[in-house]
Amino acid sequence: MPAVSKGDGMRGLAVFISDIRNCKSKEAEIKRINKELANIRSKFKGDKALDGYSKKKYVCKLLFIFLLGHDIDFGHMEAVNLLSSNKYTEKQIGYLFISVLVNSNSELIRLINNAIKNDLASRNPTFMCLALHCIANVGSREMGEAFAADIPRILVAGDSMDSVKQSAALCLLRLYKASPDLVPMGEWTARVVHLLNDQHMGVVTAAVSLITCLCKKNPDDFKTCISLAVSRLSRIVSSASTDLQDYTYYFVPAPWLSVKLLRLLQCYPPPEDAAVKGRLVECLETVLNKAQEPPKSKKVQHSNAKNAILFETISLIIHYDSEPNLLVRACNQLGQFLQHRETNLRYLALESMCTLASSEFSHEAVKTHIDTVINALKTERDVSVRQRAADLLYAMCDRSNAKQIVSEMLRYLETADYAIREEIVLKVAILAEKYAVDYSWYVDTILNLIRIAGDYVSEEVWYRVLQIVTNRDDVQGYAAKTVFEALQAPACHENMVKVGGYILGEFGNLIAGDPRSSPPVQFSLLHSKFHLCSVATRALLLSTYIKFINLFPETKATIQGVLRAGSQLRNADVELQQRAVEYLTLSSVASTDVLATVLEEMPPFPERESSILAKLKRKKGPGAASALDDGRRDPSSNDINGGVEPTPSTVSTPSPSADLLGLRAAPPPAAPPASAGAGNLLVDVFDGPAAQPSLGPTPEEAFLSESWERWGRGMRTGAHPGHPVPLPLPPRFVCKNNGVLFENQLLQIGVKSEFRQNLGRMYLFYGNKTSVQFQNFSPTVVHPGDLQTHILSGLGQPPTKRVAAQVDGGAQVQQVLNIECLRDFLTPPLLSVRFRYGGAPQALTLKLPVTINKFFQPTEMAAQDFFQRWKQLSLPQQEAQKIFKANHPMDAEVTKAKLLGFGSALLDNVDPNPENFVGAGIIQTKALQVGCLLRLEPNAQAQMYRLTLRTSKESVSRHLCELLAQQF
Amino acid sequence: MQFMLLFSRQGKLRLQKWYVPLSDKEKKKITRELVQTVLARKPKMCSFLEWRDLKIVYKRYASLYFCCAIEDQDNELITLEIIHRYVELLDKYFGSVCELDIIFNFEKAYFILDEFLLGGEVQETSKKNVLKAIEQADLLQEFQKVH
Repeated sequence: MPAVSKGDGMRGLAVFISDIRNCKSKEAEIKRINKELANIRSKFKGDKALDGYSKKKYVCKLLFIFLLGHDIDFGHMEAVNLLSSNKYTEKQIGYLFISVLVNSNSELIRLINNAIKNDLASRNPTFMCLALHCIANVGSREMGEAFAADIPRILVAGDSMDSVKQSAALCLLRLYKASPDLVPMGEWTARVVHLLNDQHMGVVTAAVSLITCLCKKNPDDFKTCISLAVSRLSRIVSSASTDLQDYTYYFVPAPWLSVKLLRLLQCYPPPEDAAVKGRLVECLETVLNKAQEPPKSKKVQHSNAKNAILFETISLIIHYDSEPNLLVRACNQLGQFLQHRETNLRYLALESMCTLASSEFSHEAVKTHIDTVINALKTERDVSVRQRAADLLYAMCDRSNAKQIVSEMLRYLETADYAIREEIVLKVAILAEKYAVDYSWYVDTILNLIRIAGDYVSEEVWYRVLQIVTNRDDVQGYAAKTVFEALQAPACHENMVKVGGYILGEFGNLIAGDPRSSPPVQFSLLHSKFHLCSVATRALLLSTYIKFINLFPETKATIQGVLRAGSQLRNADVELQQRAVEYLTLSSVASTDVLATVLEEMPPFPERESSILAKLKRKKGPGAASALDDGRRDPSSNDINGGVEPTPSTVSTPSPSADLLGLRAAPPPAAPPASAGAGNLLVDVFDGPAAQPSLGPTPEEAFLSESWERWGRGMRTGAHPGHPVPLPLPPRFVCKNNGVLFENQLLQIGVKSEFRQNLGRMYLFYGNKTSVQFQNFSPTVVHPGDLQTHILSGLGQPPTKRVAAQVDGGAQVQQVLNIECLRDFLTPPLLSVRFRYGGAPQALTLKLPVTINKFFQPTEMAAQDFFQRWKQLSLPQQEAQKIFKANHPMDAEVTKAKLLGFGSALLDNVDPNPENFVGAGIIQTKALQVGCLLRLEPNAQAQMYRLTLRTSKESVSRHLCELLAQQF
Repeated sequence: MQFMLLFSRQGKLRLQKWYVPLSDKEKKKITRELVQTVLARKPKMCSFLEWRDLKIVYKRYASLYFCCAIEDQDNELITLEIIHRYVELLDKYFGSVCELDIIFNFEKAYFILDEFLLGGEVQETSKKNVLKAIEQADLLQEFQKVH
């Protein structure tokens, strides 16, 4: 046992700690602890009043036990008693205990707050600091409510000691971060800014952190801090290394303060005042110059402190992105670090250069380091450094070096750590697409990706290659030939089979002339993989087969034989069974013409942000997004496909519950745009939050601009006037009944609706935004599946029998729909609107805002009932759960409103955690009622939600979960 | 800074300071995960790593690892020197500090940290000023003992 060096020796504590350390096993330790806990408990309960010293000792022991990882459920009251001791060390231990073991017992909190209040008012600076430390350490909302208003006063009071000011500043910062609404802005804010001028460096150091945080939220109110920060920084940077005495750290003057000041300046654009700006640029240059000077010490602390300032300076230069000279100097400096013997510096240089690469001024300068970076990718021993190198290669890539970088990354992929393979795959896929000059290279690259790291090639990646091949006819033949060759490999990845199956189904005819890849050869090659594949892939292959029957009539007999086999027609999987049955029937009853129409080649995919890019952004979090955003860097790079939305063929996304037997009503799903039901299903699948771009505009805005674009184009080109793909339903309509459903340059469609039980009434308003009359205006409702929508009123008032109508320029007409829900359903009915505008036919199809949750009847119930029902619905298929990132600010009130809009009742006092939301309701349909329970658990820390749905019907659980998850 | 952990080469946690509200369960999970990750790294590797949405900065001093979690825009190198300055403070206070000092006087280690960092931000970088605050407290203690 070492001699306790200073201050108060608590002998009993030291003995206890020794005992614990001497315990040979975990059991022995627990035994010793239990003995001690019993002892302490008896002392606390004993008749004899404990003196302050003993109380302190026991509280300290409890704290020690807690920090070892054991639970402590008593002693709080004794700790609170210590707070009011006038002995400093007793008070100190009391505060430490409270800070570590906060307890939400309200009586205790009242006592604690009282003690804190007394200490804050004591005018004893040491006591005041202890109280402030405690508030800062706990940082709870309760603390904020009690003290947020007092602390600004202490902070700016003329007679506060420096140490008190420091603690007050950071205490306020902590409270502001936790609950900004509790900190009243006011006259004090101006005086806080002037703390930047304080004589005491410690006060400035603490105050800068507070100011930085405040001005992020209220930049305009704190603008004056810019010039003050610049002059402070300038004084530090130009001071000799000994000027600042104890604030000089290993010959570097005030490194922490410098870094914080540079950080503060990054909250603002470059200073407008020319003098201030000049002074700042001078500072930045001085820092860059100093980096070239010989070190004043060999100690790593010296170089770290110096380089910390240098890197923060470079961050500010990049933030301004307006001084080409400084940007290039920064890049050269980082270039030197790329080969530094310190791993830390190499890591940081790679990281920092990544952001430099996205500036037009320094992009070229960064590119000159390509060989060093490639070398780092190959030779760095530390995976985190290699990861940075891969990131930088991605960031510096442009048309001139894409082939080199992509091939280096592919090579790296073969040995890359498993944890980062998926990310590398995404990056390679994006670069290959973005910088492809000829598409055969792109196709080769993606197939290589599948070969090297098939398991890490996500859906988005292989969907994408299909979209691009579909949209570019110059590469289709090459793609068919290449996948055909790739499939020859004795063992190929399932993703290769998927891509191969799809491409040959669409474009196999382009290579059918070669006897080595004649239709029967293509078919038997694909079918040889069939039995080893998952259900999804087999479903896709079945669709390929039916396409083959259309493309190559000579394969019809063979394929019908395959479809007819018991293993298909009676497959245990409904999806496969259904496809086999439908395709077999289709191939025997449909005429060649019908078959050709149904199985027509896929139309080009509409353009949209690359789903791969969206996925990478999601993976990397919003921070990385700006670095990945390309437009600026290479304006000439015309995205090959602009970006294709992640809509693959229906075939690749079987949905077991969809009514695929479209033979009666509509053609089967293989031709998505042709059928309302199937096409609808298609969009639906990709409408989920996963396919939503997670950045930039809110989903609503994104939808608006996107549907604008899509629809605008559709109207102009009239690509498929007969069968437009229905526009997705804006997610906000899930929880709302009224609003603008659609708008473009010509037409606006508004909607108002109400629902009760299983009935609904919807008013549709069609506004002609032009000055020209619409002719033959005919909106009709298509109801796929079981959702029967009865239109009782036609267009206009009074209802007319004829559908054809005119809508004058600037006029609005109304339509009423009556809706009855017969059974639960997954896809909404469609609204198809056709009219002639200036002689040109216009057509549009969109989803009506009718989702299953509209037929929710809220149900109030007590906690006990809720839990009983919750337990009753415990079969795995009755539950659907989603864990997802928040797409909107996490506001409890907004969440509440959305949940109510969703239709369920919100139940209070059910969930033990008050942050969580619990709801219940019944879906009313004519055929049956489905009881639904839901629970939403926000995690503000992680910005995530967990949503759990339990209903008596599997498909309803899943569907509701999906609908609701996209709302947050 | 979101939190700071001190743990031994055997993975025993010696000090934990959290600057963001987390449940005890989460704290334990994070600690377990990070101790494992950091201990698995080799000596020459770099002191920074990405972990969840955070950056981890760590350094080993004799038998103890000091490990800080900072946010995306925070400066790694200056965090490394926060660790070093804290070690210096402990060293000065205890007189060539070792792991045992921190075990037996854990409360002092917390007090010193509170003087140096508050709410996850550097409060006072001057060694003199930090130790003056702590020693003043010790003096108060002595004074109280006499009476």
